[in-house]
Amino acid sequence: MVNPGKDQHMSPTSPPGTAQDTAGIHLAVGDRAPEQPRSAGAAMATENLHVYYGDFLAVRDVDLQFDDRRITALIGPSGCGKSTVLRCLNRMNDLVPGARVEGRVTYHGTDIYGPGVDEIEVRRRIGMVFQKPNPFPKSIYDNVAYGPRVTGAKDHLDDTVEQALRGAALWDEVKDKLKQNAYGLSGGQQQRLCIARAIATRPDVLLMDEPCSALDPIATSKIEDLMGELVQDFTIVIVTHNMQQAARVSHSTAFFTAQPDEHGDRVGTLVEFDRTLKIFEDPADKRTEDYISGKFG
Amino acid sequence: MAVTTAGRPRSSAGGSGRDLTPRSPRVGEKIIESLLAAAAGLSVLVTVGIIVALVVPLFTFFAHVSPIEFLTGTTWTASFGDKYSWDKDWGVLPLVSATFMATGIALAVAIPVGLGIAMFLSEYATTRARKVIKPVLELLAGIPTVVYGFLALTALTPILQPLLGIPNIYNLLVAGIVMGFMIVPTVASLSEDAMSAVPQALRSGSYALGANRRMTTLQVVFPAALSGIIAAIVLGLSRAVGETMILAVAGGNLARLTADPRDEAQTMTAFIAQIASGDAPQGSPVYYSLFAVGALLFVITLTINLISIRLVRRFRQVY
Ligand SMILES: Nc1ncnc2c1ncn2[C@@H]1O[C@H](COP(=O)(O)OP(=O)(O)OP(=O)(O)O)[C@@H](O)[C@H]1O
Ligand SMILES: [Mg+2]
Repeated sequence: MVNPGKDQHMSPTSPPGTAQDTAGIHLAVGDRAPEQPRSAGAAMATENLHVYYGDFLAVRDVDLQFDDRRITALIGPSGCGKSTVLRCLNRMNDLVPGARVEGRVTYHGTDIYGPGVDEIEVRRRIGMVFQKPNPFPKSIYDNVAYGPRVTGAKDHLDDTVEQALRGAALWDEVKDKLKQNAYGLSGGQQQRLCIARAIATRPDVLLMDEPCSALDPIATSKIEDLMGELVQDFTIVIVTHNMQQAARVSHSTAFFTAQPDEHGDRVGTLVEFDRTLKIFEDPADKRTEDYISGKFG
Repeated sequence: MAVTTAGRPRSSAGGSGRDLTPRSPRVGEKIIESLLAAAAGLSVLVTVGIIVALVVPLFTFFAHVSPIEFLTGTTWTASFGDKYSWDKDWGVLPLVSATFMATGIALAVAIPVGLGIAMFLSEYATTRARKVIKPVLELLAGIPTVVYGFLALTALTPILQPLLGIPNIYNLLVAGIVMGFMIVPTVASLSEDAMSAVPQALRSGSYALGANRRMTTLQVVFPAALSGIIAAIVLGLSRAVGETMILAVAGGNLARLTADPRDEAQTMTAFIAQIASGDAPQGSPVYYSLFAVGALLFVITLTINLISIRLVRRFRQVY
């Protein structure tokens, strides 16, 4: 049974941002207040988002807000379109042949698919960490310096690299071997390197697609702690299959499922989006409840 | 019940038994094994045979010509005058320098063109464009080199001769350029394979950091594929060093040391082709010199290959 207890929500790994959250991830269990997961305002939002791969409708009608300096988790069974939605948020879907996006995705009110918007610029503001660590076959230093170099921010590169590695809680482990190839690091270190690489370009939003699924529990908990730190500076959206992880780290949770349409095609649908505590303690939808209690998916 | 297989009684204790000896003598396996060993042995024998056949005449040659003179002399008059006379200049440098010059020109053409094609095919081309271009490229690789030589002589040289002030219809420059195009398919195709083999995740990682296609290609894909690209270039290089027909047809047969690629000059391979297809009587000095030049060519190609193996190892990436 994957039904996290109250103590897990309140565990010390809860993000520091929690304390300022007036509306309350601190709600008591069973509180049924139908509050919207809003805080300092939305850094990003999707409106009426539909995504097609060729003729196949992968995700339909998604409305979400990603609060500034908060962690939003996307959960749901495999194939329900979590990664698809995530890739829309920094236009990585542009790279998928045949992918088509309808509806709006806004970044501080600006439609990132709107005319005159440069997808390169979008990706510099909205960074991404992938499921499998994917460092470049270069030195640790060059991995972190890659983003600043391609964006032309080459001044004080050493400082930028050090800050990013410190930010990713990796500095102490690698400071003596910055010139070594990144492939010599462990999986967990590689993933933190990828996080360092992503934050070195000083993005505003950090998208993480199952960042811990290739890692052992210790490396996972390091990255979860790190997210708690990072959320002071970044808005984070995380896809995870790990229910406890969503419960532990996120402020808001969106639950997706794949719903058969009239032709029998399974279309990803947003079932419920609310404060994490609400989703896990008192879901409004039966499907959410079944999923988080392990009866489905 | 006792289990019997291949007519051999098994231990009856426990039916399926604990007998670990083979159920049949496995004759087929033995035959195949010995056939394969014979094939491997044959290839070793052939190699040894080639080396012996190359080395034995070398003793005769170097009994008459000092290795120092051979390797450092700057005049080569083997094909002139009396066939049976040892009294000639046996300095191989003119042939070696012509070989390197032609190879250099070929690489100067093949590396940029080949890598350009590889990058285009692997990173820029649509699937449809790739489906058309790759087979055409591979077709190009199948053209016999004598055709390239002929094209150099009859088509390209007449065009370039006035433009570049080439004095003679036979020259290294045009032969080298055409040889470059001959090895373009090799360089392009193998480099493209190496670049396509770079995991998509690395490209995604680069794009997600705000890199554009050019940066991703040059700074992520290219270095990640470097080992394969070096291997592709070296294979092209070995083909150029060993290439005979283009140079024999378009490069000329005048052995001389020159720094100007527009001159006619004979390469090692062109010399071998000229003498071997001509009437060098067995046992004549020119006949023995063939082996000396051939052995030197062999040593050069071997060296290139050894260096390339080291380079490929040095730049190999495990993704
Ligand atoms: N590049 C693609 N081309 C075609 N269809 C795709 C592509 N990527 C995803 N899909 C389809 O879109 C749907 C949603 O996929 P997506 O990868 O977003 O699911 P997911 O929720 O991330 O699943 P998982 O938890 O297994 O990662 C699936 O039906 C999938 O087959
Ligand atoms: Mg996914």
